[in-house]
Amino acid sequence: MIKTIYETALPVGETFSIKKHVITNGTGKKRFCVVSGTHGDELEGQFICFLLQQEIMKNIELLDGTLEVYPALNPMGIDSITRGIPNFDLDMNRIFPGDASGTIAEQAAAAVIQDLKDADMVIDIHSSNIFLREVPQVRISEMTAELLVPYARKLNTEFIWVHGAATVLESTLAHSLNSIGTPTLVVELGVGMRINHYYGKKMVKGIMNLMASMDIWKGHVDSSSISDPIISTGDQVCFVNAPASGIFSTETHNERIIQKGDSLGQIISPLAGQVIEDIISPCRGYLFTIRAYPVCYEGSLLARIHKI
Amino acid sequence: MIKDLIFSMESPYRDTFRIWGYRFGSGEKSLAIVGAMRGDEVKQQFICAQLVAALKELESQGKLIEGHEILVIPSANPFSMNIGKRFWALDGTDINRMFPGYDLGETTQRIASGLFEAIKEYRYGIQMASSYMSGNYVPHVRITKTGFEDVDTARLFGLPYVSLRDPKPFDTVMLNYNWQIWSTKAYSLYGGKNDDVTRHGSRQMVDTLLRFINRCGLSETLPNAVSLAYESLVIDDAELVKINAPAAGILQNLVKAGDTVVAGQPLARIIDPYENTTLAQVDAPRDGVVFYTLNKPLALQHTPLFEIY
Repeated sequence: MIKTIYETALPVGETFSIKKHVITNGTGKKRFCVVSGTHGDELEGQFICFLLQQEIMKNIELLDGTLEVYPALNPMGIDSITRGIPNFDLDMNRIFPGDASGTIAEQAAAAVIQDLKDADMVIDIHSSNIFLREVPQVRISEMTAELLVPYARKLNTEFIWVHGAATVLESTLAHSLNSIGTPTLVVELGVGMRINHYYGKKMVKGIMNLMASMDIWKGHVDSSSISDPIISTGDQVCFVNAPASGIFSTETHNERIIQKGDSLGQIISPLAGQVIEDIISPCRGYLFTIRAYPVCYEGSLLARIHKI
Repeated sequence: MIKDLIFSMESPYRDTFRIWGYRFGSGEKSLAIVGAMRGDEVKQQFICAQLVAALKELESQGKLIEGHEILVIPSANPFSMNIGKRFWALDGTDINRMFPGYDLGETTQRIASGLFEAIKEYRYGIQMASSYMSGNYVPHVRITKTGFEDVDTARLFGLPYVSLRDPKPFDTVMLNYNWQIWSTKAYSLYGGKNDDVTRHGSRQMVDTLLRFINRCGLSETLPNAVSLAYESLVIDDAELVKINAPAAGILQNLVKAGDTVVAGQPLARIIDPYENTTLAQVDAPRDGVVFYTLNKPLALQHTPLFEIY
């Protein structure tokens, strides 16, 4: 059943609404939620929401509990290729837990929290932005690592990044939910404004594997084919930022081990026809982020490597 | 006066990105003032330009007190202003969400770091600020409560209000908060509209800055520094009555920021954009002064329209 969790009138003859699809079967009481589309330029989750429901509906009798899918928490953003919330200049993932008596954006955030708060598991799917290409990964803050890493391992990603807490991240959906006891995993994959079908299928398999481990999905998931992820904790991630402005040109791809001194690409000058800087890996490790958008300024992130 | 290059960075396709600072006097680092950090803060930049001219004049007349340095940075973001964008155009990030900055980090973290290196360790810091909400404020000094805030000094501006507010998570990456953490007494000045570059619209803030400079003992007595000063009222942001739009539609404001209103007085009407009927009338819930008004022609439902003190 498709339900509206928040709606309000826009100024000129239009209703703004956030919707979810509720799929229930069996007698199980557990509730598993998949949310996406907080950032309007991140689209990987749209395919995952579709494919997961296709797979579940094929064998609905194997579902024992409730699956709820919220593809678009920021529907106006997705509809207008806007990362933030149109009209507000706001990053929706910086306004949680929201405010039921605030602006539309804050009310929507509060309604989302209210609707998700009793879930047994929430998967919050993000792509990267348009600038970076990411391997499928789960991101977990140090504070919640002990509880969440065992769940995250089931998700069929190659990588789990346990990162330090930052005050600004306190206003994310995942932090808000985890802090009220609703286990929430943040997944990042692919690149903004595009859909990677291979990654999407891999994630759907992971989500069904996690649902199976929580007894919500009674179907068989071949656990031998589920990835055993690298878990990055502490200070193991090395950031490579652009030493100069120009066009970042690379033939490399992520999701692989690279050696210290390997080439990550070049910053080039199309005007002068010259190489401005060779970008060399400063360490040996697992390359999980590589820049996708070529134009870069001094400081633009080019790559992230989990040091081995 | 010394014109200093505070920060520069090459761009892939444009001229070099530069932040210029104007230094007056030498000695104790007494006051740093930052104008536009976002591309639409033209008024903030214009106020600083007028201040640079005024300080140049005072310096040539020997009216700045020796042993103090005043640094004015009219713009920390000429690139966004030149192309009509509010934020850093390539990645949409806000320099005022990047403090204290990181010199090895992302582009706007580096800009924030370069700027902060130049403006930290001053006794007083003033930011000509603008809110993320599109609206007009009654002129006021805003201070984020950090435990280090100095309210008495804030009264020296002589603006009608000094507003104190509790920090939200995003405040921890803003200039005002970080200045305070690094022991600078920090003040954000709000008032009027970002695009108002009339002399009249900006003169009050220029006088306010000169008054503060004078009252902090950085200049001799100035005629414009003593004229029209207010006895500031210190208020807590939580005391403001916030009024949201009861409906969505065309917004017809009936009052301006700074107006005195009485309970029951109509403040705005929201009009149906198809049939010109009044969808809702917003009345003042109490007597007071209009502290903030939204200045957009359309109102979303529940959008903050007014703050009344």
